[in-house]
Amino acid sequence: MVLTGAEIVIRCLQEEKVEYVFGYPGGAVLYIYDALFQQEAVRHILVRHEQAAVHAADGFARSTQSVGVALVTSGPGATNAVTGIATAFCDSIPMVIISGQVPTAAIGQDAFQEVDTVGITRPCVKHNFLVKDVRDIAATIKKAFYLAKTGRPGPVLVDIPKDITIAKCEFEYPKEISMRSYNPVVKGHQGQIKKAVQLLLEAKRPMIYAGGGVVLSDAAEQLTKLTRLLGYPITTTLMGLGGYPASDRQYLGMPGMHGTYEANMSMHYSDVLLAVGSRFDDRVIGDPNNFAEEPRKIIHIDIDPSSISKRVRVDVPIVGDVKDVLDEMIRQLEAGPARPDISAWWKQVEDWRSRKCMDYTNSDTIIKPQFVVQKLWEVTGGDAYISSDVGQHQMWAAQYYRFDKPRRWLNSGGLGTMGVGMPYAMGAQLAHPGATVACITGEASIQMNIQELSTCKQFRLPIKICNLNNRYLGMVRQWQQLFHGQRYSESYMDSLPDFAKLAESYGHVGIRIDKPCDVEGALREAFTTHKNDLVFLDFQVDQTENVYPMVRGGKGLTEMILSAEDL
Amino acid sequence: MRHVISLLIENESGALSRVSGLFSARGYNIESLTVAPTEDASMSRMTIVTSGSDEIIEQITKQLNKLIEVVKVVDISEAAHIERELMLIKVRATGKDREEIKRTTDIFRARIIDVTEASYVIELTGNQAKLDAFIGALDPTLILETVRSGVCGVGRGDRVLKL
Repeated sequence: MVLTGAEIVIRCLQEEKVEYVFGYPGGAVLYIYDALFQQEAVRHILVRHEQAAVHAADGFARSTQSVGVALVTSGPGATNAVTGIATAFCDSIPMVIISGQVPTAAIGQDAFQEVDTVGITRPCVKHNFLVKDVRDIAATIKKAFYLAKTGRPGPVLVDIPKDITIAKCEFEYPKEISMRSYNPVVKGHQGQIKKAVQLLLEAKRPMIYAGGGVVLSDAAEQLTKLTRLLGYPITTTLMGLGGYPASDRQYLGMPGMHGTYEANMSMHYSDVLLAVGSRFDDRVIGDPNNFAEEPRKIIHIDIDPSSISKRVRVDVPIVGDVKDVLDEMIRQLEAGPARPDISAWWKQVEDWRSRKCMDYTNSDTIIKPQFVVQKLWEVTGGDAYISSDVGQHQMWAAQYYRFDKPRRWLNSGGLGTMGVGMPYAMGAQLAHPGATVACITGEASIQMNIQELSTCKQFRLPIKICNLNNRYLGMVRQWQQLFHGQRYSESYMDSLPDFAKLAESYGHVGIRIDKPCDVEGALREAFTTHKNDLVFLDFQVDQTENVYPMVRGGKGLTEMILSAEDL
Repeated sequence: MRHVISLLIENESGALSRVSGLFSARGYNIESLTVAPTEDASMSRMTIVTSGSDEIIEQITKQLNKLIEVVKVVDISEAAHIERELMLIKVRATGKDREEIKRTTDIFRARIIDVTEASYVIELTGNQAKLDAFIGALDPTLILETVRSGVCGVGRGDRVLKL
């Protein structure tokens, strides 16, 4: 069948079973939008800013197993998308971004709305393509989806000049794709896995440290099974939350800069550390030299060889898909070797846990942000899709909303992008129409994509926005208080809108909550009475609350500030 | 430590910038980089001379392997290998200098490939040290232009970098 390039683009998306495309039209993609208009299988979500299109597609991908798709025009459309693309790249989220480009003859002529999109995005995509011939569109899009979701996932951008979208050719979608230069390893090396199991069984102070790779590989079930088989303590990183049930006794909470005392101490003093789909990030282990001082054997499972021995030296590297490798480890363990007695280690771990580092002093007069998150967890039965933005509220959400299932926690871990919260919630709500979706945010982050309240109205997305409003760039204020002599340089948020009224002006429900006693009632009202509405809950929280525990940047994991008293 | 990394990469536009972008983004050092198509025109062979600790070199090879268009990567300096570089050097050659430069050229087994009344262009192939030595042997005030290709390398004997 002879089709135009634009029609081919849409047919490819249909072939990939794409349900939603998040985008914003413009000159260079007019023909693609025209083709989109003339079919119904692929639905388009019109955002109010391209950054949100990419974030929403990203949120869709995070909350499902599928590839998120965004469509933007050339020039500013593409540059607005860059933050979204970089955000997805840092967290290895499978995405395909289609961008329009000026006609091929105009490329390099400084044409209207021309930028070198492939050049600008090169460092923040898994791969990108500039399609120069209509006959290459189908194979390129096929490759883009294949690259996005295989190996270590990531965003792939396809830049298509306008003239290519009106040129015609015979359409046939390739069934298979093979690339001689790209063959990601799936199965882990048998010998290495055997060595790892052996090491785990000889451990006296074992610890499991799992990251976002577990969620991306859909290996939560395997991780849970392995951890229970071994009976060892486990911590999951910010990106790995939900990869192991937080309500389980073996779970020690999150490690790192704002991790629990027990998780950090156990990581640091373990003699065998099993790292699963995690990358020893600076926010997790702090100073790598300090971390390396304590002798321990490290087993590291990762699909990406370059993540192994990057920041810390690894003793047993296993390159492979986390799910496959864990399956094999379980198989070997079930074959019968006895587990070591680690009761002395558990006693030590429980001793650390008894410090109850997550306790905070609640108040009758002023709303504590932690309290709001705890109540949200209660009211939603711990079963909601929770997105967050970036800052203090993100850490409180990670600490106090106890995730028992994977893909329920959507946040920008690697890049730390403020403004992702609402678009992530939009993507998750579209992916799971009947589910409870809430966005935990702050008055600063939410304003970075607040225009999406309009999109939420248009597509009737009943997300619940929990704004922990402390009138400060809270995390900046916290660092200024602790490390910059309390000089609060530009961290106060003045001239804030009345968020409840703002939400109402978009046609949503807005509620302002000032007192702790009203927190639960407001949440219940939002999730029952206004179940089908977007509700903007504007919680006026304690302005001076800090996130604890805390490891200062560049310090070791054991040098923790547990509360204000440690300052 | 100095290392010579050889790689096969799809001969596509933008492939070179992915490699050079990787080096600059991650702060790796490039001493020289040469690239040209192989007998299979769809594939290019690249030789990168770089330096760094063992950890950095390990990361460089891993990161290069991660690039979608890179087919194969080998650190050829890990074992016996041959390196060659081509240099074209234009010198002012007048009066008694003409004979002296000719003699030096012969000693280094270089060749004069362009002659004018006032200049020579000398072609010399060898490893980096030989080229450096030749430059050192010339009167620096006579050198008009120095053009070096950067290092090409290949493993000795059975060590073959092929698809």
